[in-house]
Amino acid sequence: MQDDTNHDQKAVSHGFTSEVSRREFFVKLGLGSLAIAGAGTAVFAYQFLSPNVLFEPSPIINAGKPESYPLDSVTLDVNSGIYLVHSQEGFFSLSAVCTHLGCLTAWKPELGMIACPCHGSKFKQDGEKIEGPAPKALPWLKTWVSDDGDLMVDRSTTVRPLEFVRV
Amino acid sequence: MPKTIPHYFDELRATRVWRSIFRGGTGSSTLRRSMAIQQNVFLHLFSTKVRRRMVSFSATWYLGTLTLGTFLILVTTGIFLMLYYHPSVPQAYADTKDLEFVVSSGMFLRNLHRWSAHAMVFLVFAHMFKVFYRGAYRPPREFNWVIGVILLIITLLLSYTGYLLPWDQLAYWAITVGSNIASAVPVLGNKVHFLMLGGNQVNANALLRFYVLHCMILPLTAIFFIAVHFWRIRKDGGLYAHQSEPKSLAGRAAAAGKVMP
Repeated sequence: MQDDTNHDQKAVSHGFTSEVSRREFFVKLGLGSLAIAGAGTAVFAYQFLSPNVLFEPSPIINAGKPESYPLDSVTLDVNSGIYLVHSQEGFFSLSAVCTHLGCLTAWKPELGMIACPCHGSKFKQDGEKIEGPAPKALPWLKTWVSDDGDLMVDRSTTVRPLEFVRV
Repeated sequence: MPKTIPHYFDELRATRVWRSIFRGGTGSSTLRRSMAIQQNVFLHLFSTKVRRRMVSFSATWYLGTLTLGTFLILVTTGIFLMLYYHPSVPQAYADTKDLEFVVSSGMFLRNLHRWSAHAMVFLVFAHMFKVFYRGAYRPPREFNWVIGVILLIITLLLSYTGYLLPWDQLAYWAITVGSNIASAVPVLGNKVHFLMLGGNQVNANALLRFYVLHCMILPLTAIFFIAVHFWRIRKDGGLYAHQSEPKSLAGRAAAAGKVMP
C-alpha cells in the first residue's frame, strides 16, 4: 500500500520534491558541514605546522679566494657541508651530505675517496658513487667566482657533473 | 582489651570522610568487595573478580604490569628532568650536562629515565612475544592486540623523540638519519620531513617539536590507549579466555571427553 501512495505522490509532485525526507536532508546538511569544517581544520593544521619563516643559514656560501685551495686538493667545510675541489680541470664543489640518509661524509686522502661514517657509502673525488648503500652520486653544486674574486657556492642549486670553474 | 591495628583500620573505614570518598562501605561480603572495585575510577578498569590462577606469575610473567611500571617511572622521572631542561639549542646540551654533574640526584634521575626507557622497549617486546606464543591475541581479544601494536609504536616514538633532547652528536645524527628515512615516503616524503623537523634541517624548531611530542603529545596518547588496553582486558574476559582456544582443538578435546587444561 505504501508503495502505491509513494508512487502516486511522485507522479503528482514530480520535479518539486526529491525522495529525500526532511530529516535525511538535515542529517546530510549537518554531515556535509562537518566534513567541510573537518577539511578546513586539516588545511589550517597543515598551514600552522609549516613554518613560514625559517632561521636557517643561507644556501649561498662564500668559500674565499681560489688561491687558498692548492691544486689537487679536496677541502671539506664542516659547517656548510660542502667539498671544494681544486682539480687539474678547475674548481668545483660537491655536497658533502650523503645521498643515503643525510650524514656528513669525509674525504679520506690516504684512500683518495669520500666515505660516509654512518653506513659506509663510498664516492670518488668527483662525487661518483663507488659503493652503496647510497643510491646516487654526490651532487655538484652551482659554483662561480664573485666580482670580488671569491669562490661562491649555492647549496640549493645542483648542476650537471663536470662543469668546472676556471679561474 | 587493647585495640589491634586492623581494628583501627575498621574504625577509619567507618568514618564519614572515608565513606564519602569510598562508597563501597564496610564489610567483606562478595557484594561489598566487588563494589569496592566497581566504584573506584582506577580499579573499575579491572575485573571485579579474578581467579587466583589468572594473576599467578606463570600466567603472564607480569610483563604487561612491568611495562606499566616502567612507564610510570618514566613519567615521574621525566617530570623531574623537565624542571632543569630547556629545549633550546644553546642550552639543551649544557642542561643535560648539568643534570649529570651539577644537579643533586640529577644523574640518578636521568639514568633511571634512560634505563627505564630501554627496559620499557624490551618489556613491550617480551609482552608481545608472550601474548603471541600463548595465542592470547585470538578472538575475542584481537582488537586489544591492535591497541597493543599502537602502544608499541607510541613506545618507539617516545624513545625516538627522547633521543634528540640531549642535543649531542649522537642525537643530532640519529635524528638526521631517522628524519631522512621519513623523506623516503613516496610523494609526501619531503613534506613529512619538513613538518616533522619544522624546517629543512635538524635545528631549533626540530628540538622544540620533538620536546613537545616527547613530553606532552605522545605520553597523553599513550595514557589514553593504556586505559583502553586495560579496560579491554576485563571486557574481553580476563587474562584467560576459554574462547581463545582454537576451535578445532577445543572440539577434538570435547569429542574425546577430555578437559582442556
